[in-house]
Amino acid sequence: MTSTLENDQKIANPLVRLTNAGKRYGTIIALSEISLEVSAGEVTCVLGDNGAGKSTLIKIIAGLHQPTEGTYEVEGEAVAFNSPREALERGIATVYQDLAVVPLMPVWRNFFLGNEVSKGGRMDIPFMRTKTKEEMLAMGIDLRDVEQPIGTLSGGERQCVAISRAVYFGAKVLILDEPTAALGVKQSGVVLKYIIQARERGLGVIFITHNPHHAYPVGDRFLLLNRGRSIGYYEKNQVTRDELTGLMAGGGELEALSHELENAGGAAADVAAALGEEVGELGLTHGTDRAPNVTNNSNPPSTTA
Amino acid sequence: MTDTIEAAPPPRLDERVQRKSPLARLFARPEAGALAGAIIIYVFFFAIAPPFRNANSFSSVLYVSSTYGLMAAPVALLMIGGEFDLSAGVAVTSSALCCSLFSFEFTANMWVGVLVALVLSLFIGFINGWVVVKTGIPSFLVTLGTFFMLQGLNLALTQTITNGAASPSISDIQGFDSAQKVFSSSFTVGGVNIRTSIVYWIVITLIATWLLLRTRTGNWIFSVGGSAQSARAVGVPVGRMKILLFMGVGLLAWFTGMIILFQFNTIQSGQGVGNEFVYIIAAVVGGCLLTGGYGSAVGAGIGALIFGMVNQGIVYAGWDPDWFTFFVGALLLGAILLNTYIRRRAEANR
Repeated sequence: MTSTLENDQKIANPLVRLTNAGKRYGTIIALSEISLEVSAGEVTCVLGDNGAGKSTLIKIIAGLHQPTEGTYEVEGEAVAFNSPREALERGIATVYQDLAVVPLMPVWRNFFLGNEVSKGGRMDIPFMRTKTKEEMLAMGIDLRDVEQPIGTLSGGERQCVAISRAVYFGAKVLILDEPTAALGVKQSGVVLKYIIQARERGLGVIFITHNPHHAYPVGDRFLLLNRGRSIGYYEKNQVTRDELTGLMAGGGELEALSHELENAGGAAADVAAALGEEVGELGLTHGTDRAPNVTNNSNPPSTTA
Repeated sequence: MTDTIEAAPPPRLDERVQRKSPLARLFARPEAGALAGAIIIYVFFFAIAPPFRNANSFSSVLYVSSTYGLMAAPVALLMIGGEFDLSAGVAVTSSALCCSLFSFEFTANMWVGVLVALVLSLFIGFINGWVVVKTGIPSFLVTLGTFFMLQGLNLALTQTITNGAASPSISDIQGFDSAQKVFSSSFTVGGVNIRTSIVYWIVITLIATWLLLRTRTGNWIFSVGGSAQSARAVGVPVGRMKILLFMGVGLLAWFTGMIILFQFNTIQSGQGVGNEFVYIIAAVVGGCLLTGGYGSAVGAGIGALIFGMVNQGIVYAGWDPDWFTFFVGALLLGAILLNTYIRRRAEANR
């Protein structure tokens, strides 16, 4: 294990690296043996269905929780964050599903919340209003009025406020928690565009989603979670979109279900046949080993930097 | 609004935004309903109660308003921050009793009692806030508890120490005169007697408004009340803000207690019960949302003024003062309906 870790050091120091991290809440194991890393100019996607442990993982990286097992390093240095503020100070910004905006407050107050610009003891309001308008314009959103409560914006617009806010305040690592979950096709495309933009600007992005079609085009690495465990960690050239989709759908489980239905006979057998076909199409081999290059935890891929 | 946009391309007006008239902009503010109500009530009593037109009696309307308004401002900030303080009314009495009894019993300088009372008031605020933040129990319940505890302490300790229901007269203790000058004096402008507490009320309201709208602290107050979780996620110290807001109520409870104590030089131990609702009503009439995250300190000041006008206006009009609470309740309901209506309109107009 140590040898593979050393081997891995060739990417000088990834911005964020988790090694065999786990989290227990009392007797409940929410997450175990998770390894993940993200470097500057990279997008690491975390895929998983509901309850897979994505939220717990974000909370650990964002500094809301500390891992109960394993290590968490930022730029090669082991850290133990006590609050999101400490993570923020190290350049790790999180855009939550609920976006961490206060609906009743004006857009500009939300944009600068926690990072207010002061001039001689009081806030520099004209500056903050102008900057908010500018930054939103740079993201392609022409705000009518920065004084409008942020609750009156559309979901995509709010997402953009949250992302541009994190970028503006010098985030090095951007954690995006299901940014496309509540959005339509077009707005999802817009958000994916911002993810690429952030990557081009040299940020590391951790993109959490349950949609492989959103993850595949933008991701450089993919971590798949199921029931709190890693079921695969790939580089882009090690996996195809279909394999990713198959793994997400729980290839093994689908197959088991197919057998079960087959044994039931009758109409269920037809369904079983269809399912079996689908499993085949998704590029999943029969049997227990799920897909090519299932690399669990300790030896993350290191072919590209 | 548009002047903040840099004049890079010719400053165009967004075609999606209708130019709002100054009146419409005024009505989008949280204190709009209270202002309209205050004007109506002023005109009403001006018309039916002749003494109301006299400058000196209006000055006493303002004095009554100020004793409520001084507390309404911090209570409004606390409500915007998403919390209640039901102990605020008796806390004023606790502070005054503490100052009076401490100075009297230990025959110390008056100012020592004043400082001890300040420490006590800040401590009460801190405890309220700390318990709310640490336990997550709704502040309504926590401060309901401290409300009854303080009420009991006020009565019991006063009874034990003085064998009576009121604090002893303190006017001959050293330092009384200077303290009275600071907390509770008056001056005359153009033949009208004006108590200093009116000035303090206006100053405190302006400071609270400035704090709320122009400083980082104000931004944080709105955010902890609007969505504590979001505020925490962007690094706002939610717990500390809430404790500070409770301590702000404590600070003004002390100040108000001193003003009342040094005006009458004695204080009834049962006083102040029910005033917590007056403060909350003033804040709500002034546009504060019960759920937090929205409101105005100026609005709370106007709410206190409405309260003072009705309180004195009923007397000036020669009505039975028993009607007072009925009017207060009606005012509260009316204000809530009006505020809800105005806010809906304001949001729809955006």
